Amino acid sequence: MIRKKRFSVAFVFTTCILVALTLALGGCGNSGAGKTYKIGVILSLSGPSAPLGQSEQRSIQLLEKDLQKGDGINGGKVQFIIEDDESDPAKANVAVNKLIDQEGVAAIIGCSSTGSTLAIAPTVKKKQIPCVAMAAGTAVTQPTEKWLFSVAPSDVLVVQRVLMYFRDEAKVKNVAILHDSNAYGTGGADVFNAQAPKYGVKVVADESYGSADTDMTAQLTKITQTPAQAILVWGTNPGPASIAKNIQQLNIKIPFVASSGIANQKFIELAGSAANGVVFAASRLILPSTIPAGSDWEKAVNDFSSEYKAAYNISIDTFAAHGWDAGNMVVNAMKKAGTESTDICDRIEQVKDYPGVDGVFTYSPTNHAGLKVNALIMVKIVNGQWTQDKPSGGSSK
Amino acid sequence: MGRADDRQRILLISSAIFIVLVITLTLSLKRSTGFQWILSGLTVGSIYALIAMGFSVIYSSTRVINFAQGEFSMLGGMLMYSISVKGGVPPWIGFILSVLIVTLVGAGLERVAIHPLKEQSVIAVIIVTIGLAIFLRALAKWIWGTDPVKIASFSGDKPLRFLGASIVPQSFWVFGFTVIAVVLVFIFFNRTLVGKGIRAAAMNKDAASLVGVSSSTSSLLAWTIAAALGASAGIVIAPINFAAYNVGIMLGLKGFTAAVLGGLGSFPGAVAGGLVLGVLEMITAGVVPSGYKDAVAFVILILVLLIRPQGLLGKSEDVKV
Repeated sequence: MIRKKRFSVAFVFTTCILVALTLALGGCGNSGAGKTYKIGVILSLSGPSAPLGQSEQRSIQLLEKDLQKGDGINGGKVQFIIEDDESDPAKANVAVNKLIDQEGVAAIIGCSSTGSTLAIAPTVKKKQIPCVAMAAGTAVTQPTEKWLFSVAPSDVLVVQRVLMYFRDEAKVKNVAILHDSNAYGTGGADVFNAQAPKYGVKVVADESYGSADTDMTAQLTKITQTPAQAILVWGTNPGPASIAKNIQQLNIKIPFVASSGIANQKFIELAGSAANGVVFAASRLILPSTIPAGSDWEKAVNDFSSEYKAAYNISIDTFAAHGWDAGNMVVNAMKKAGTESTDICDRIEQVKDYPGVDGVFTYSPTNHAGLKVNALIMVKIVNGQWTQDKPSGGSSK
Repeated sequence: MGRADDRQRILLISSAIFIVLVITLTLSLKRSTGFQWILSGLTVGSIYALIAMGFSVIYSSTRVINFAQGEFSMLGGMLMYSISVKGGVPPWIGFILSVLIVTLVGAGLERVAIHPLKEQSVIAVIIVTIGLAIFLRALAKWIWGTDPVKIASFSGDKPLRFLGASIVPQSFWVFGFTVIAVVLVFIFFNRTLVGKGIRAAAMNKDAASLVGVSSSTSSLLAWTIAAALGASAGIVIAPINFAAYNVGIMLGLKGFTAAVLGGLGSFPGAVAGGLVLGVLEMITAGVVPSGYKDAVAFVILILVLLIRPQGLLGKSEDVKV
């Protein structure tokens, strides 16, 4: 007992001296605390997911520069060690072991894709290293895994937003699903099938297509023979663009609603005039005017986008936002918790109403997904332009 | 041989057509759904047919299955995008330039990668073609990135409607091109001296070279023709399927299936195989849960290989000595 007490007195004393020294030395972070905070980053910098990883990398590097210019983490130096998983889950797993065992990182940021994130999940769990992912797959945050967080709006959130749209805005009861047969499409369709009854929506057809298919008229004619009032398409380019063209060709009049898989200009380019009238769920970030004016969120977006633009001379995208938010989530937790992994985890779970760029984050021990459904809006394509779909849910703030 | 074989072939084709019609008619009771499926199936099928012909050109000349055939079409589409869509060159010049470039690439690859293997077994050459496919795909990804690109339809997007079904104008370009291509290729290989020589070289290298037909030249010619055919097919179908660095995989697989279905080496067979595969796929997607669509296509392929390995229109190759 006595020994322990003496120890803690000594500890407090040393800390005081350290703090005093740090303060005395001012902004000179390197020498003061003398500590280096190592954060491992796993991104897809090459391979099919490279566009995601490269945007995320720019944000991480920007954050690192900011921290170097400023105070670092409590005066300590911050080092982001970036590894490329080449869009390959197996390589992500090699990278995570290297970062933890050889570099001794206190936390991991990554990965860019759901596949890679799920591949490193068992490792971060076993080695008890907190990991903040930038992947939207449902399985990343459901069920909640103690060491695994995500800053991306999960597919569950997108499904909920679409269902709210059907129930409250479009007043649609019967929906036909047409999804890609890959992991993204089937995952989305599964969540939708599971959640639909809660919103009083009935799935009257559940059709799929291959990622490389170019003609979905057979599935569509089948859907027109059901009482479907809307077609929900869950996939990424180019499938939904082919569907849009087929719908135009067959002169189908019921609305085309889609997931955030088409929240990119490429869809409009590929589908051409067939894109008009398509409604999809997406982050408010793609239409910055829909972010509540005067909110802390708006300020976070404006600050980040002007800094990003100044550094790289390109506009931000959702992946840059993911990188920035994930980086800040870890750095902010470390400012309070140091390098103790359990403490970092606890600190992230205590985050409440934190205004990031992707939205306003609130984590808890049972919710590691962070964002809420009001981070998303329904976007309608009108004359090849994104506009907010009118009978708005008004769910902001 | 001869008559009995022909009769069996006719029987098979007619029964295939009959089955397709029966399935369709029973299902077309509700409005014109069945007719729509056939139209869509024929469009997709003629795309497969065009790729299948490329397979047949190289197979009938060298007995090699060229798994890089789909990549020629991919290259055609992507070059067309760079030259005409991005570069602003008039489409018909863009078409000619793209085909020319891919043809040179095809001929070049034959000289660099295939010709040195002339003493090797056919299997070795086939494995090299798989390597070529991976190489071309990686090259395309490096040049154009991973995003699919759009090439405008040749004559607008306004769908034509008849009998309650609809079809996009580009489909007619694909149909027309398929007909022209099959006629030209058929005439070349069956009516011209060079074409006959190439086929002779495939049957017996040594005998052909004794009468002055070089198997080396015929292999080069076959690859040149297949590359030109693949590239122009890739451009004609690009407005329907979007060009992207990875479309060659699907085109190659389906084209190969169609070629085997129709009979490897037979040009009318390639067309028949493609059309049958396309229509069957559409009907399957319409009738059974659409997730099983591709499975059905491949089950048919396996059945054909088991029951009639020479394909619907292929001649059985009893090598007689």
